[in-house]
Amino acid sequence: MLLINCPYCGERPELEFVHGGQAHIARPGDPAECSDQQWAEYLYRRDNIKGLHGERWRHTHGCGRFFNALRDTTSDVFLATYKVGEQPPTQAQLKGVKA
Amino acid sequence: MQRFSGLSLIRRGLTGQRGWQPQWRQAEPKAAYDAIIVGGGGHGLGAAFYLAKEHGLTRVAVVEKGWIGGGNTGRNTTIIRSNYLFDESAALYDHSVQLWESLSQVLNYNVMFSQRGVLMLAHTVHDVQVCQRHVHANRANGVDNEWLTPEEARAVCPLLQTDDIRYPVLGAAFQRRGGTARHDAVAWGFARAADALGVDIIENCEVIGIRRDAHGAACGIETTRGFISAPRIGVSAAGHSSVIMKMAGVELPIESYPLQALVSEPVKPIFPCVVMSNTIHAYISQSDKGEMVIGAGTDAYTSYTQRGGLHISRHAIEAICELFPMFRRLRMLRNWGGIVDVTPDRSPIIAKTPVPGLYVNCGWGTGGFKATPGAAHLLAWTIAHDAPHPINAPFTIERFRDGNLIDEAAAAAVAH
Amino acid sequence: MSQGLRTVSGGRINRARPVRFTFDGRELSGLEGDTLASALLANGVHLVGRSFKYHRPRGVLTAGPEEPNALVAIRRDAARVTPNLRATEVELYEGLEAHSQNRWPSLGFDTGAINNLLAPFIPAGFYYKTFMWPRRAWQWLYEPRIRAATGLGLAPEHPDPDSYSNRFAHCDVLVVGAGPAGLAAAQSAAARGARVILCDEQPELGGSLLGEADPGASLGENGRDWLADTIRGLLANPRVTVLTRTTAFGYFPHNLIGLEQRLSDHLAQPDCRQPRERQWQVRARQVVLATGAIERPLVFPGNDRPGVMLAGAVRTYLNRYGVLAGRRAVLITTHDEAYRSALDLKRAGATVTIVDARNGASGELAETARREGLAVHTATTVIGTRGRLRVRSIRIQRLDAHGQARGATERIDCDLVLMSGGYTPSVHLFSQSRGKLAWSEGLHAFLPAESPEKVRCAGACRGVFSAAAARGDGESAGARAARDAGLTVDIVIGEPQPAQSSGTAAAGDLPQPGGAPPAKAFVDWQNDVTSRDLLLAAREGFRSIEHVKRYTTTGMATDQGKTSNLNALAIVARQLGKSIPEVGLTTFRMPYTPVTFGSFAGYTRGELFDPIRTTPIHDWAARQGAVFEDVGLWKRARYFPRNGESMHAAVARECQAVRSGCGLFDASTLGKIEVVGKDAVTFMNRLYVNGWTNLAVGRCRYGILLRDDGFIYDDGVVARIAEDRFHVTTTTGGAARVLAMMEDYLQTEWTDLSVWLTSTSEQWSVIALQGPRARQVLEALVQEVDLSAAALPHMGAATGRICGIPMRLFRVSFTGELGFEINVPADHGLAVWEAIHAAGEPHGITPYGTETMHVLRAEKGFVIVGQDTDGTVTPDDAGLTWAIGKQKPDFVGKRALERPAMHSPERKQLVGLLTAQPHVVLEEGAQIVLDARTTPPTRPIGHVTSSYYSATLGRSIALALVRAGRSRMGQTLYVPMPGEDLAVQVTSPVFYDPKGSRLNA
Repeated sequence: MLLINCPYCGERPELEFVHGGQAHIARPGDPAECSDQQWAEYLYRRDNIKGLHGERWRHTHGCGRFFNALRDTTSDVFLATYKVGEQPPTQAQLKGVKA
Repeated sequence: MQRFSGLSLIRRGLTGQRGWQPQWRQAEPKAAYDAIIVGGGGHGLGAAFYLAKEHGLTRVAVVEKGWIGGGNTGRNTTIIRSNYLFDESAALYDHSVQLWESLSQVLNYNVMFSQRGVLMLAHTVHDVQVCQRHVHANRANGVDNEWLTPEEARAVCPLLQTDDIRYPVLGAAFQRRGGTARHDAVAWGFARAADALGVDIIENCEVIGIRRDAHGAACGIETTRGFISAPRIGVSAAGHSSVIMKMAGVELPIESYPLQALVSEPVKPIFPCVVMSNTIHAYISQSDKGEMVIGAGTDAYTSYTQRGGLHISRHAIEAICELFPMFRRLRMLRNWGGIVDVTPDRSPIIAKTPVPGLYVNCGWGTGGFKATPGAAHLLAWTIAHDAPHPINAPFTIERFRDGNLIDEAAAAAVAH
Repeated sequence: MSQGLRTVSGGRINRARPVRFTFDGRELSGLEGDTLASALLANGVHLVGRSFKYHRPRGVLTAGPEEPNALVAIRRDAARVTPNLRATEVELYEGLEAHSQNRWPSLGFDTGAINNLLAPFIPAGFYYKTFMWPRRAWQWLYEPRIRAATGLGLAPEHPDPDSYSNRFAHCDVLVVGAGPAGLAAAQSAAARGARVILCDEQPELGGSLLGEADPGASLGENGRDWLADTIRGLLANPRVTVLTRTTAFGYFPHNLIGLEQRLSDHLAQPDCRQPRERQWQVRARQVVLATGAIERPLVFPGNDRPGVMLAGAVRTYLNRYGVLAGRRAVLITTHDEAYRSALDLKRAGATVTIVDARNGASGELAETARREGLAVHTATTVIGTRGRLRVRSIRIQRLDAHGQARGATERIDCDLVLMSGGYTPSVHLFSQSRGKLAWSEGLHAFLPAESPEKVRCAGACRGVFSAAAARGDGESAGARAARDAGLTVDIVIGEPQPAQSSGTAAAGDLPQPGGAPPAKAFVDWQNDVTSRDLLLAAREGFRSIEHVKRYTTTGMATDQGKTSNLNALAIVARQLGKSIPEVGLTTFRMPYTPVTFGSFAGYTRGELFDPIRTTPIHDWAARQGAVFEDVGLWKRARYFPRNGESMHAAVARECQAVRSGCGLFDASTLGKIEVVGKDAVTFMNRLYVNGWTNLAVGRCRYGILLRDDGFIYDDGVVARIAEDRFHVTTTTGGAARVLAMMEDYLQTEWTDLSVWLTSTSEQWSVIALQGPRARQVLEALVQEVDLSAAALPHMGAATGRICGIPMRLFRVSFTGELGFEINVPADHGLAVWEAIHAAGEPHGITPYGTETMHVLRAEKGFVIVGQDTDGTVTPDDAGLTWAIGKQKPDFVGKRALERPAMHSPERKQLVGLLTAQPHVVLEEGAQIVLDARTTPPTRPIGHVTSSYYSATLGRSIALALVRAGRSRMGQTLYVPMPGEDLAVQVTSPVFYDPKGSRLNA
């Protein structure tokens, strides 16, 4: 059970959260303009990164807010969590965080 | 290939079991092959075997970054069944069950396929509808599956608690031809048989790139042991499929999740079949060694760590103890995790890819072991013919673009 | 039988308190403080079990959790039987009843021992090579026999009556292990103000010190005082939680450690209200592992006979339990530390011969041994042992200058053999933390290196073996852990102690004559894996240690290779000509020692397995004799049988009541979400397929929600309460996921919208009053609302009062009759329900359940999401295209509906089916084919989704999804059933009142 740092509430056990899949996949602004291929990519294609992965969590049994996280999928260590609308931390900012 | 039999065991027993040869050679990579399979699990080894045996390709290599059978092949709960809902799925999995039925003899390796029957429990009115739909659909497809009342289910599995539990058992679907097999033996048996047909099995060789020629076709793989060329490359890398396919620029609709399983300490035979419950999320059987083999669910998040959360295995044990309250006094002996590659419709991909000469077999999610010989057979066919076999023709990558999903998960539907 | 082998004094047992127990029915006596193993040894009982494969007689090998042999079943009563417990861990209590396992008919004479004679023919992996002919025989002949032969103890057959508890805990520093390093670490962290949890698997604190005759003496300066003060201080400190009989079994991500605390197994008469075990999940800021080390056995022929034991174990039995495990002992060793056992035995009155495989032994302990008159044979190996149920003699042979067994041989009679091949640090938990292990050539051991978790090791588990050094190491680790947990830094933090090579020795097997691999030289005792098996695996091409492990099963027994792994590794490495780290190490997996399933499940059983959700009207329904069904977590009344009615009869009666008078239905389980805000209508437009802009306040609309892949996700009636306020209902099972989906879009996609979402499922009780008399019943109770058809037409919504209670009243119908859904605050649900019921009695009001609701709606062709749809159905498939807002540029799922497959003429569409024989009710899920009398495999073109007997229509009806169904109206299709094909006619899915005049009444 992971320990997740909700940017609104602080560290809480994973049981309070729901995983929301890969982060930063925007729904196309004008779906009608998308080709079938583009729409399928929006729906289904995922980076599935082995390494540093941006993902969404929702603190469902807490503040209810969605937020984003950077997690290393080879160790499950979180490098950062940040609010919706914020940019992920840069490599420089992440330096010094133990992966 | 040295023949395995009771007689050979006795004969060699008189001389201290000396004289057994390695079951497969420790092959060094050659410069070029006719075909390369990436991934030395049961699926990949099997594909190499069928390429050599049925399609006459003997210059075949299997490259494995670790040791063969060390991924999901050796980390699953070994359940085999084919009672899937959709016609496409039923055909695929039943193809596999049919191959299982003679696999020990074909490979001359006892894979211990044990058709002890798979019981799938229904706990709600909705479950009953779903189970019965499966039973009817399976019968139409020529797949055995029958509906049992709670009493009949208890006759199959006397320890099963059907009443006085939170979700009483209202009945069960029972596939008698389903069962279990010995997972390691499948990898080793395919390896040995493929090796005997000239296939090179190259362990400790990690793929770090896929080379494409001027026309964009795949022409070989870069590995930690050098470049190996081949005009046809089949990728069968389970949880690492995304990682490998990206090397060729192919993006997959796949995510890799941790999946856990666990066993109890061994006890004398007490559990005659396989029992599965989708509603309370548990499945269980007893291995020939006596351990109760229990499957848990996937974790919620993607991960390549081969381990999951404690709460996931706790939940699986809760469910087992609910159905089998006498097992509360048993003890967990071992718990482990694999990485399962999950597609949006929970059905696999066995297909050509946008890159000529590159083929993929992936997306088996939590259920790949049962498909081992079938998937291997179909991947080999697809590579050999550069075209899918009719059975795997629907299992393309493009189905996600076109909307032709084979959605076994959705069809199990949700409670209303 | 007397405890003839008990020493006269010393030890930690209570000599004044004898304890009676039985072993295989034999009445024996031990002392308070004994384990079952020590008590058996005190009675001279060495034979305690049979091995897994060859059924060889086996005795107690160790004194701890690493025990491979002494597995027993402990029985309290028929339901409280626990198999496979280690006698070395079972604490003795008055009346304890122990049984040996895996033997028939008795431990002394076991027919399974025939396998021992067959051993040459059944080496490692033999089963992969045979039992393949004839093909079917595996199933009915071979497998059942193999299964019967394997397994260890008998599984309990009755439900476990005991309870198990769970607890979460947080601390600054968790210390695992209460030996010298762990005690020091806990003390040092606590002294700096840390909240500490200290756990140890043993019943008392002290760890390895408990095996010393004078535990404090080995701790160096002031050791005795320090030990007493430390233990007293820890127990008295309110910020320290000390857990004995508690095993840290698993290390999970982000410093979550699982602990299993055994609460009552050691008690003669546990309070039945007390949990048997408690599982802790501890989230620690910092972890200190002080898990000690495990002594390694030596691999030589016949090393498994009862009476062959680990040297340290013999010493523990002597010092801690006052038990002399034998009187004529031989110690076989490859390092000095083991000499302590020989010396202690000698001082207790046994004769001891020392066989040391090294060329010379010149350390202080060896010199002491010689000085005290012990015979020491150096450069000597063991080539065999004798004794059927207990070792009687061993055969030794001199090694030449090259270490080859070529010299003279000699037999030594004995009743006890001690062996020690050095110590293996217990790195299990560290490795589980995903910590890397580094091979130390000097120590012949894997030691902890880096971990991604906040963990450090102290003492013997990192190679600091001596008690005094381990204490210093622990002090340093505890202080550093407190510092890293954020507690005040003090100036003096001691340095970690250097690892020591004393007591270490190369792993592997002892040299044998001719260099040949010896027979029956066991590496893994429990699984009967010999060095020959390992060599066979290597010969057969299994080179990875994981392959060797799986092929031979070494290290896979219930002890998880605690005594065997390193020896196996060394033997395989030598055979392959590789170094030990090159061959690698098998993964350490949770749990460290086996953990009771019950402790994982805790109180989660029966009613507590999942929460039960009930509506305010539930108890009323229960009193009426309702039969309930599980829908998600909810209990819903399915039907209300009267006077022993069948479901069929009850449903027919309830249906007729609704159609002819009025019925009352508890719809409180429906999901409810309040969508509020100035952009509420925009939000609804973007989300649901329907158009909402033109929905007037005071009106309802049937809403359909898709996923963005175009398939139906949920449905429900939505009422517009105000311009900026919608009352959205969802399916019972869909409430949580619909709200989650709404929040997802609102928070992450449409952050421009000003909308608030609130789950109100539990706030509203929903009472559906349906039937031609519904208005009459309601009229008397309602205030502030005009119920007339003109004022409140079908799909009208109004707010007002009922029985003085505020309500939202929707005129909606899921039955096809005139109907109302009355939403009142949940606290008043029952009162309003009862009032309506009373008011309706003159009109024959009848409560009905979900089954009747299903029939009534099917008669009208209303779909149930999840039954008539299954996640692969589009609105058009379900015949719901009419609901889609045609003018909208976008809604969730719209784009996906334009994909080619969504327009295929072959898609399944919802239709009605009428059976040729009106009284035949089709099975739900039954398949539909074009032609009769075809034999499987066939190509079904659809399936039955809903099927009922309609009392109203006097015949059966069914809904079905059929390929191109709407183009097949009137066509005859077939539903193949075992034995016969049922002819059905395709019809409209609306069977009753297609014009809807009743519903608009």
